[in-house]
Amino acid sequence: MGIKFSLAAVVGLILAAYIGVTGAGFYHFFGVTMPYLAIILFLGGVAYRVLNWGRSPVPFRIPTTAGQQKSLPWVKHAKYDNPSTKGQTFVRMALEVLLFRSLFRNTKFEAEEGHRLYYQQEKWLWLAALTFHYCFLVILLRHLRFFTLPVPSFVQGLDRLDGFFQVGLPGIYITDGLFVLAVTYLIIRRLVIPQVRYISLPQDYFPLFLLLAIATTGILTRYIYKVDLIKVKTLAMGLISFHPVVPAGIGTIFFIHFFLVCTLFAYFPFSKLMHAGGIFLSPTRNLPNDNRIRRHVNPWNYPVKVHTYAQYEDHFREKMVEAGLPVDKELEEAPSAPAE
Amino acid sequence: MKIYDGKYILIGLLVFGVLATFPIWLDHGKVIAPADPSLNTPVIDAMMQKHCILPKAQMITEHMKLLNVWRTEVVRDGKRLYVAPDGRKYEMSLETECFRCHSNKAQFCDRCHNFAGLDKATDPYCFSCHVVPSEKKPGAGAVAVVPKEGK
Ligand code: HEM
Repeated sequence: MGIKFSLAAVVGLILAAYIGVTGAGFYHFFGVTMPYLAIILFLGGVAYRVLNWGRSPVPFRIPTTAGQQKSLPWVKHAKYDNPSTKGQTFVRMALEVLLFRSLFRNTKFEAEEGHRLYYQQEKWLWLAALTFHYCFLVILLRHLRFFTLPVPSFVQGLDRLDGFFQVGLPGIYITDGLFVLAVTYLIIRRLVIPQVRYISLPQDYFPLFLLLAIATTGILTRYIYKVDLIKVKTLAMGLISFHPVVPAGIGTIFFIHFFLVCTLFAYFPFSKLMHAGGIFLSPTRNLPNDNRIRRHVNPWNYPVKVHTYAQYEDHFREKMVEAGLPVDKELEEAPSAPAE
Repeated sequence: MKIYDGKYILIGLLVFGVLATFPIWLDHGKVIAPADPSLNTPVIDAMMQKHCILPKAQMITEHMKLLNVWRTEVVRDGKRLYVAPDGRKYEMSLETECFRCHSNKAQFCDRCHNFAGLDKATDPYCFSCHVVPSEKKPGAGAVAVVPKEGK
């Protein structure tokens, strides 16, 4: 169900762009309205989601403790698995965000023939996820060539590195192949592992199909149904300088690619893709484990009338002494009138 | 509305917002000149009926593919003659065929390549081996079609 629905949604988007451009000639909608709408939804949506998360108080430190917490000096402290300071937490977060460290520890639990249960390392998900995310980043950064003039040298450098093999003209990019491979793996994984398939919903398949469609249309634009890049860049520069123009004669395949990208950005804040922002706001990751070092006051505590032991003793000292109970301060030391 | 750890969250959001819209800030206020490649060379001007090897739109999008095919045919297969779909015959040579008409690399090729943001020194890498005939020094055996282009 979920698979068919997601697939149909992506095919529908492609058809909408195709018919909208070739049939109805809605160039302005697909070239100008959609990207502006998408960027507003993207930025506004991300800010909304993050601020909304920020409204939840986190009164107590709840990091996952994946190692020995800070203890006596001769007990070895697992600094980055159970950080106790902000600095250590920063390192933990950096490893998480840049290297997906906790995914690296992924295991699978399986029954062997003869009903022996065992745990096994499972690194493929980590490998595909990391490959996919970094390729995505490189592709996004390389696309800055459409949005900058002059193009910053790091973008050109990235382009040269990525096109290192100089195969064909226009040259193939390493990240393009890896991106498609990684996303394909992520899709197949959902389809063939029964447990994962069972818990997969349309909103799990849709982003994967969308990403695959974006990459495919991008690759088609570059190698097969080539478009006039000067016109594409004119469109892109027009958008970011707020003087949008849609030059006539850009191939339909570009509008399909562009529309899918706009959809991705517009959809981003309202979907599981927000894990990109969520990782930074995960209390199980971003808090130092200092529960036993610092006092954490619950922000919604209401004021409670307290009567401390010192006050109690001040109240009842004479009676306590009379009854022969031990007191912290003897009668002579204490001020004569009970202070309250 | 109380935002807990608001300092970190707002700084984070701000950094994200600036990075996500980075091209807007970078290009802000710049006047973007169109690429405007020039077709005015003596040879092209003298043509009665202006035509390139393939129709113009196709040349714009396919010239790199065409050159790559030519390279393979010449270097690997030793073929030098190209017959265009319209029946015209050309010598498969960047230096003597393409540059015979487009003798103004700086006002033609470079205009679009710069606009598209190719790294001038390395991209396209054709020119790390090939020279532009009009840029050859006189006396090096080159027949200069037009005077050396000034920058
Ligand atoms: C989520 C964002 C995007 C992704 C993942 C993506 C992906 C791709 C991929 C994989 C390619 C193949 C060639 C390459 O890697 O450069 C490509 C090409 C292309 N993309 Fe995108 N793209 C994105 C956004 C955009 C945007 C916003 C534009 C609008 C300017 C765009 C315009 C193009 C064009 C014109 C090509 C052909 C490049 C060429 O012929 O050299 N893409 N895209």
